[in-house]
Amino acid sequence: MATAVGTVGHTHEESTVWKWLTTVDHKKIGVLYLVTGFAFFLIGGIEAVLIRTQLAVPNGTVLDAGLYNQLFTMHALTMIFLAIMPMGAAFFNYFIPLHIGARDVAFPRLNALSYWVLLSGGLILTSSFLFGEAPDGGWFAYAPLTDETFSPNKGLDFYTVGLVVAGLASLMSSLNFAVTIINMRAPGMTMMRLPVYMWMTFVVAFLLILSLPVITVALLQLYFDRNFGTHFFTPGTGGDPILWQHLFWVFGHPEVYVLILPSMGIVSEVLPVMSRKPLFGYTAIVMAGAAIGVLGFGVWSHHMYTTGLGTVPQYVFSASTMAIGVPTGVKVFNWLGTMYGGNIRMTTATYYSIGFIALFTIGGISGVMHASPPVDGQHQDSYFIVAHIHYVLFGGAIMGIFSGLFYWFPKMTGRLLDETWGKIGFWFLFVGMNLTFFPMHFLGLAGMPRRIYTYDADLGWDTWNFVATIGVYILVVGILLFMLNVFMTLRKPATAGDDPWGGATLEWATSSPPPEHNFDVVPVVRDRDPLWYNRDHNIPMPERPAHLHIHMPPPSYFPLVLGIGILLIGVGALSSLAITALGVVVAYYAVWGWALEPTE
Amino acid sequence: MAAAHAETQHHTTTGIDNRKLLMWIFLASECLFFGSLISTYLIFRGDSIVGPLPADLLDIPLTSTSTFVLLMSSLTMVLAVFGAQHNRLGLMKGMLLATIVLGLVFLGFQVYEFRHFAHLGLNLGTNQFGASFYLLTGIHGTHVGVGVLYLASLLVASARRNGLGKEAALHVDIAGLYWHFVDIVWIVIFTLIYLIP
Repeated sequence: MATAVGTVGHTHEESTVWKWLTTVDHKKIGVLYLVTGFAFFLIGGIEAVLIRTQLAVPNGTVLDAGLYNQLFTMHALTMIFLAIMPMGAAFFNYFIPLHIGARDVAFPRLNALSYWVLLSGGLILTSSFLFGEAPDGGWFAYAPLTDETFSPNKGLDFYTVGLVVAGLASLMSSLNFAVTIINMRAPGMTMMRLPVYMWMTFVVAFLLILSLPVITVALLQLYFDRNFGTHFFTPGTGGDPILWQHLFWVFGHPEVYVLILPSMGIVSEVLPVMSRKPLFGYTAIVMAGAAIGVLGFGVWSHHMYTTGLGTVPQYVFSASTMAIGVPTGVKVFNWLGTMYGGNIRMTTATYYSIGFIALFTIGGISGVMHASPPVDGQHQDSYFIVAHIHYVLFGGAIMGIFSGLFYWFPKMTGRLLDETWGKIGFWFLFVGMNLTFFPMHFLGLAGMPRRIYTYDADLGWDTWNFVATIGVYILVVGILLFMLNVFMTLRKPATAGDDPWGGATLEWATSSPPPEHNFDVVPVVRDRDPLWYNRDHNIPMPERPAHLHIHMPPPSYFPLVLGIGILLIGVGALSSLAITALGVVVAYYAVWGWALEPTE
Repeated sequence: MAAAHAETQHHTTTGIDNRKLLMWIFLASECLFFGSLISTYLIFRGDSIVGPLPADLLDIPLTSTSTFVLLMSSLTMVLAVFGAQHNRLGLMKGMLLATIVLGLVFLGFQVYEFRHFAHLGLNLGTNQFGASFYLLTGIHGTHVGVGVLYLASLLVASARRNGLGKEAALHVDIAGLYWHFVDIVWIVIFTLIYLIP
């Protein structure tokens, strides 16, 4: 796994490197996403550890205020856009075709391009540290803090350009996934037979397709404000700082569901298999996911109660925010109902799924609290909100991703991760996570504001801050144990077999890891749990034909070239027009080559 | 930008070609993109502290002319798709060329308009009208420009020995979807900025 992106600079094994650079195989691209996302997860984790180390004791001196601002901004941006989203996209890439019974996604080369553009966006954002000018206005980048007067260095330009580029990558992959799920399903795989994970993927794709353009416009306007003298968000000629908040959160709130729905999907796959009974209330959980997708566009202003929206908007957004808690609650009961009466196997994946339900429920409940404007007004910008988002994003999204990693690792590599060490690692993560983030509820209620780089000793915040910092080091041990587990497992022979868990969905009907063409014979789907149906009705696996006449799209270097063109356009937007022009030329060349390249 | 296709067989679950479906969903995304820009313009309507104001600058007869040009380009685009679908390649190429020329004429009008407004003192930083007007119409113009490049690429490719290949009709059809969308957006922009005072 580690060779995926790390060895690009070395030439001793050029053919392998070239294979990864030109691959259009959704499984290889999925692995690229996973390794990249995990690497950025580690970078974001280091930023978090530095932040907590600074806050361990009153009047900490590890970081100065400027660097602290850069670190909390980059921690959020890295974790949201470069870690959780790519790790989600990694599983999307790997399992969409396997789940729906297709040979690849609808647009294999576009898929490769999405990855290279995402990597470009990540490099642009992260490279800002090399210039000592990382974005420092918070991930929300509220005006007028982002004005040239208050943020004179290039940090926020790295922010606008990096996010536009990363957003372009997400848009392209979402278009690709939406078309794939609509159009590439195996015979018999109707929409209401799709695995729940596919439904969540589908909802996420549309959330991104419809919300990314809004943030792109806001980022363009911010870029114009900072570079071309407009005043969209600053009072100069009558601009409106609140407009930024609206545009940002019209994207930002659907984005929250973009982060959590994939993990909800993973848990919905893991629990039925580990409980050895079908998912409880399939239709309800699918409709709940779709409802979250729709309502997700109608709740953004609950981030903005304290801006003085007026009474009626507060009522409306308060009601819609409480409403979105209902489908979320429905899902929790679906998962509990799935486990109830089941013959549950307590694997590490099960541990993480149950951990997800418990911690996400805590985060969900503290979220619904803020549907009430008076409560929200008390908690706004306090550590209570930090506690809430981390219960949702770490307790929710990350726990789900780890559940998926343990569940699907045998499919992706042919090897089962070590269960004992996996469970020990789970307890480190679970305890560390709660020790880090639960005290933040108390800190917030005791009045500790977010985003302060230090605090005095006589405010009564010492104890819980110290506990939270101990918690983060326990978390680090949990992450290191996981990495060690992966490393040791990859050295062992691939003995997991095709279907170690007795899975219900189509990915378990092919070899581990799957061949490039996924299925020797495209499966026919007769039920929501196709493999269990075939098992219970004694329908044998289709025989492998003597000769496979399967044509897969050949590798192509044009996605990489187009990705480089887009990277150059981005770099040019931060430096000089000449580089942008060069980027446009490279991109146009790549589009021509792409269009004329034979794929048949 | 003809995108890749996973398999040589053209069977899809819905029967719609993947590339055409991609364009439709992409246009849904574009609706939100232009929706945000248009909202910004409407929010800032009347918020300009200093002039020049829209009433001082907007020349409705002139822009009506350029709007007519762009609308006619939709007609020629339809004829180009018709030509491609009925294997009348001469018609297709001629109408593609006509669409490109009409698109360029529209862009010419826009360049003239921008220069004229700048000459009268409206710049990006002058007031809220300047900022939101230039960004909205400028990005629309960029879309027209990309469309011209897209159609020109198709026209050049169709001059090759095997033309646009056996899927010529599909390629032109998808380009047409994009072109008509950009046209429709202009009708909304023209109505909101120019016609409704």
